[in-house]
Amino acid sequence: MQWEIVIGLEIHAQLSTRSKIFSGASTAYGAQPNTQACGIDIALPGVLPVLNYGAVERAVKFGVAVGAKINSPSIFARKNYFYPDLPKGYQISQYEIPVVEGGSIKIQVGDAEKTVRLTRAHLEEDAGKSLHEDFHGMSGIDLNRAGTPLLEIVSEPDMRSSTEAVAYAKALHTLVRWTGICDGNMQEGSFRCDANVSVRPRGTETLGTRCEIKNLNSFRFLEKAIDFEARRQIEILEEGGHIRQETRLYDAQRDETRTMRSKEDAHDYRYFPDPDLLPLAISEEWIEQIKASLPELPEVRRHRYIRDFGLTNYDAGVLTSAREMADYFEMTVKQLPMQAKLCANWIMGDVSGRLNKENIEITQCPVSPGQLAGLLLRISDGTISGKSAKDVFESMWQGEQGGDADAIIAAKGLKQISDDSEIERLIDEVLATFPQQVADYRSGKEKAFNSLVGQVMKATKGKANPGQVNSILKKKLE
Amino acid sequence: MLNASLKQLAHQLAARKISSIELTEIFLERIKTLNKDLNAFITVNEEMSLDQARAADKMISSGQVQPLTGIPVAQKDIFCAKGWLTTCGSKMLSNFVSPYDATIIERFNQAGAVIIGKTNMDEFAMGSSNETSYYGPVKNPWDISAVPGGSSGGSACAVAARMAPAATATDTGGSIRQPAALCGISGIKPTYGLVSRYGMIAFASSLDQAGPMAKSAEDLALLMNVMAGFDARDSTSMQRQTEDYSRDLEKPLDRLRIGLPKEYFAKGMNHDVASAVEAAIAEYRKLGATIVEVSLPNTKLSIPVYYVLAPAEASSNLSRFDGVRYGYRAPQYSDLEDMYKKTRAQGFGAEVKRRILIGTYVLSHGYYDAYYLQAQKLRRLIANDFTEAFKQCDVIMGPTTPAVAFDFGEKSDDPIQMYLSDIYTSATNLAGLPGMSIPVGFGDKNRPVGLHIVGNYFREAQMLNIAHQYQQVTDWHLRAPERLPVA
Repeated sequence: MQWEIVIGLEIHAQLSTRSKIFSGASTAYGAQPNTQACGIDIALPGVLPVLNYGAVERAVKFGVAVGAKINSPSIFARKNYFYPDLPKGYQISQYEIPVVEGGSIKIQVGDAEKTVRLTRAHLEEDAGKSLHEDFHGMSGIDLNRAGTPLLEIVSEPDMRSSTEAVAYAKALHTLVRWTGICDGNMQEGSFRCDANVSVRPRGTETLGTRCEIKNLNSFRFLEKAIDFEARRQIEILEEGGHIRQETRLYDAQRDETRTMRSKEDAHDYRYFPDPDLLPLAISEEWIEQIKASLPELPEVRRHRYIRDFGLTNYDAGVLTSAREMADYFEMTVKQLPMQAKLCANWIMGDVSGRLNKENIEITQCPVSPGQLAGLLLRISDGTISGKSAKDVFESMWQGEQGGDADAIIAAKGLKQISDDSEIERLIDEVLATFPQQVADYRSGKEKAFNSLVGQVMKATKGKANPGQVNSILKKKLE
Repeated sequence: MLNASLKQLAHQLAARKISSIELTEIFLERIKTLNKDLNAFITVNEEMSLDQARAADKMISSGQVQPLTGIPVAQKDIFCAKGWLTTCGSKMLSNFVSPYDATIIERFNQAGAVIIGKTNMDEFAMGSSNETSYYGPVKNPWDISAVPGGSSGGSACAVAARMAPAATATDTGGSIRQPAALCGISGIKPTYGLVSRYGMIAFASSLDQAGPMAKSAEDLALLMNVMAGFDARDSTSMQRQTEDYSRDLEKPLDRLRIGLPKEYFAKGMNHDVASAVEAAIAEYRKLGATIVEVSLPNTKLSIPVYYVLAPAEASSNLSRFDGVRYGYRAPQYSDLEDMYKKTRAQGFGAEVKRRILIGTYVLSHGYYDAYYLQAQKLRRLIANDFTEAFKQCDVIMGPTTPAVAFDFGEKSDDPIQMYLSDIYTSATNLAGLPGMSIPVGFGDKNRPVGLHIVGNYFREAQMLNIAHQYQQVTDWHLRAPERLPVA
């Protein structure tokens, strides 16, 4: 039987506010345990939550970026359960009426574009962390993370392969970073994925029983976990078994998913509206303001690059995978409008390669877009060869001559000889020195031409512009 | 000094006839004498009180005097006060010294008032007789075989027995007004959102409201001036212009329209209570008020609605008491689950557990719609009744409680009977309206009777005016229990 995999994702994006969603404590990562947990975060008796509107603004920003409906009012609800890293004994979340409803995002799979629909996105607070090691048989609780604002983004089950799921997660990752609502740091847990996976016979409509896979903190794990889980489910079904609805945990070391809890053990969270928080009203004016403050979105830019610069879909996609890279590209191409492809190739190639080697971000690139444009200009006008350009770029990276391409070219004497009369003079010398080759060429031996070019290049130590040498030599020999 | 009004005390202090230290010592002495028998206070800390009194005396001598500067005020043990044991009447918090001040405490501190002690209360404010306190019941100073009411029984007793000139209290279903009535003092529960809930240990967040208790409406007005006001730390706090709650005290009542709900006077009220209330209404007629009959057809639903919503919220609010971070933790347990179970089994009393169970039940999957949602709809209907009634009258009056103070043990085995003590008061919490109780005489066994005055939203100044005018022509509020136990 042919099987179809059906995937929906729930992504928790940590919002980039400096303080927590219901308290004034800092959200900075990596502090000593429990140094960033105030009375509200540790749920002292009598304390009350006060909503951080910075978190709301970011949620709305996301909503308008994906073309969703912004609910006003939306309702904060309590999700009740006991756990030591959940100080109040409930998590403040949104249940029946989330702040963001609907919307969609476009993903690229190969050369095809696909739309993934969003169900909702809601605001909630993060829990703390339980540390089960190194406490002499006890568990440690770190409440620094408790109360960190999260936007939980829930997709419809619109993805049909792990590749699509990864493309969706990446598109969302790009979007949240692009709009500045989340730093997207997956190692620090700022962007976490849970995947709902089910399979069904191809051609059928009914959804199969799904399993939710938790703890997917990289795109690679997301892909591998889905692949494993789909295989597992197909095997069970093909052997005549049934899928149990459950929550499973991905174990990256063993590359497998395993049962965390079954549906029967699922908590009854006893959701009800939080009486400490008023319904969240968001005015049309505020939505309009936020909409106006949105940067040009990645999807829009991608299409513009294809249309205005003639870039391929692939190149445009890579350049718009991060706003910083797209901005770098735009600043470069602004100075070389007719050389967009050259700019794109260099940024995606040499620049990205060098950044990866140093493991730094493009915003920290020692070669500025203006400096890069200076280099690319000298390639395009024939001043230097593509081969020399790589040397010049390395010198610029090292900061030689203040990173100025022209100064480096001059200092290193890499300038091509492009002066017609100079080249003519050199050719005349070569023709006089090698009469035999001239005769060979004229008698029809084409190869002799290349030999003569070689002699000219040798005489100039490779600095003569090969194009010019070719055309002038040809003229002289006619 | 014991019977003086807040205004008189302020005059004495300002005129340096007495210092705050001396005044504080008088009340500390009084507490020392009476508390063993009345059990109104959970915590008394002479040193901390006298430190505050000393600071108040400095303020007075430097001329920075506010109306309550140097005056001792008893604080209900539901308010977190920095450095003070704050138990909420529970074993669960029997070791909890608050690291911070509730907004209310902050406001009293800024006003220069002195915390004279933390008053006893029903555990987590759940009770109508003070019998659920982990620290033992408070006695009614009029008759120590009678309950003082609850949950603010300690505060009511402290004021009635003149152990404090005034006290703070909280009211979720009647916890200010019912004990005020049973102890023969005055108390007001303001409009929901008028007084900050920050630092007040939550019972049912959408119903809880703090307010003052005192001997007279005039005193209540001064206390309201300190307590009321917007607080950014409480999202349900109302953003309004500050008011002077004393401003209308002297207004005549000749244009006042008093609504009497026909349902209240139909049945259920004891004869002794009815006659005291009727006499009070007659007094109001004399003061020029007109009486209109109004109808509150849905208030009969307020007890069932209240006992769905309040426990629902409480079951969640009390989840934080889990033994993990502060408060009581069972001494022996096998694992995390066992620690939770034992801590909560040992740390909470029976009434608290009963309400957590009810609340957990009504919020459970499959029951939520039938109980919680249904109760929310009825809550709206109950509030609508008042809106309709206030089209015909300025205030609504009736008895605060159906009967005078009952004896200890009389209702403690019958929660439903106990819950019915709040039959007249809980509707105002559901509607968010202000309500107050003032003493209007004595009923059976010479126990006090309270008149319940319900105003429209934010009409506290008017309600205080109405109460004050009555207290100008009567002296019930000046009566103090004559035969107090002496140590």
